[in-house]
Amino acid sequence: MKRSVEDIELGLFVEALKQRHGYDFSGYAEASFRRRVQGLCIHFRTDNISQLTEQLLHDRIAIGDVVSQLSVPVSEFFRDPPSFATLRRAVFPVLASYPHINIWQAGCARGEEVYSLAILLTEAGLYDRCRIYATDISGHALAAAREGVYPDRELRQSASSYFEAGGSGTLSDYFHARYGHIKLDDDLKRNVTFAEHNLALDGVFCEAQLVLCRNVLIYFKPPLQRRALDLFHASLVRGGFLCLGNKESLSRHDIGDHFALVDRQGPLYRRVLDTDA
Amino acid sequence: MREGASLVVVGASAGGVLALRSLLSGLRADLAASLVIVLHIRESGVDSLIGLLNQSSRIPVREALHGAPIETGVAYVAPGNYHLLIEREGCFALSVDDKVCHARPSIDVLFASAADAWRGPLVGVVLTGSNEDGARGLAEIRARGGRAWVQSPAEAEAPQMPEAAVRVAGADAVLPLADIARNINQAFPP
Repeated sequence: MKRSVEDIELGLFVEALKQRHGYDFSGYAEASFRRRVQGLCIHFRTDNISQLTEQLLHDRIAIGDVVSQLSVPVSEFFRDPPSFATLRRAVFPVLASYPHINIWQAGCARGEEVYSLAILLTEAGLYDRCRIYATDISGHALAAAREGVYPDRELRQSASSYFEAGGSGTLSDYFHARYGHIKLDDDLKRNVTFAEHNLALDGVFCEAQLVLCRNVLIYFKPPLQRRALDLFHASLVRGGFLCLGNKESLSRHDIGDHFALVDRQGPLYRRVLDTDA
Repeated sequence: MREGASLVVVGASAGGVLALRSLLSGLRADLAASLVIVLHIRESGVDSLIGLLNQSSRIPVREALHGAPIETGVAYVAPGNYHLLIEREGCFALSVDDKVCHARPSIDVLFASAADAWRGPLVGVVLTGSNEDGARGLAEIRARGGRAWVQSPAEAEAPQMPEAAVRVAGADAVLPLADIARNINQAFPP
């Protein structure tokens, strides 16, 4: 019976988030969302989800903190290096044919992926032509991404991933190390715009040659995944690319009219058709 | 998911490849349960692990795919560098949340998720390993009425994980692998 009380509490918490603060988490996949809310209870030291809801409604906990913990918290530099290698091999040559390149990274979290992409674009001689939109639901995550400071404990893994992704220089060329942290060169973000964007609620804001949304859709139930995919389709130029997280796939969706698989390593899809079918 | 379908969740770390091979080779071909495995292993090692296990297992071994239904009589292995969770609907879900016990996939995460989501008979199995991942998850399985079988620390290549499991969660049985396999067969006949 304790189990079903928690179900009710979870529903009420989602309702409170929506009605009080306008964030709609009802479309999120249940198992991972439940786990994160349980984590919120531990973080804010509440005995149960009802107490969390009460504190949220009466402004004793900050919505920014709640949202940042409910959204994608973790990323790594050059996570899944073969995917970046696929981008370099299959996408960069096509990007090179455009005088101006728009890239949308949806769900950029704390920015490791944006900076990874910026580094590879720089080495490919494409960065100057790029405008990268790095968006996330969490203002806290964006603030961290803008700052570009990270703990140095994963540095060895990052350097190795950079190399495996096809980095042609040395990773340390791109950051300064100090007091257990690394700070990415400000130069790497000169063409990056960090902005809040909620895939559950917001719309199209740019026309892009490449959209990256990696390990975000796994947190959504299929209808919300569909909404996001429609958004990506509407945001991409004809022949534009969509890159997902390496264990994600569009195969469960009816996307034959919208996207064609280019490479399972990525995985990488290409937008097809001029108009919505 | 069939109402009341049975689930065995298994966690292993150091020494786990051989332990899993041994465990799976002892399972009956017509096992009426699903087996879901988290092994702490390099991301690049998952494919070859699945290949190796399929050589000696009488039930098919596959990678757990996000959104895929959990089928009876099949063993699944968590992909590398993702946490594996179970949805109420009886399918898998992946997550890239923080590591737990320095691990992703984490055994605690799978076990806790199974305890939360699974309605039918549930068994947690902890095998060899040199950290404490799985101990708290096993406690949650027991709290929800599931059973806990732990590999005998004396037999385990690395005893710390089974020892931690027994210390934190307790167990319904502490057994060598062959007996754990026998228990699974007897618990879930066709």
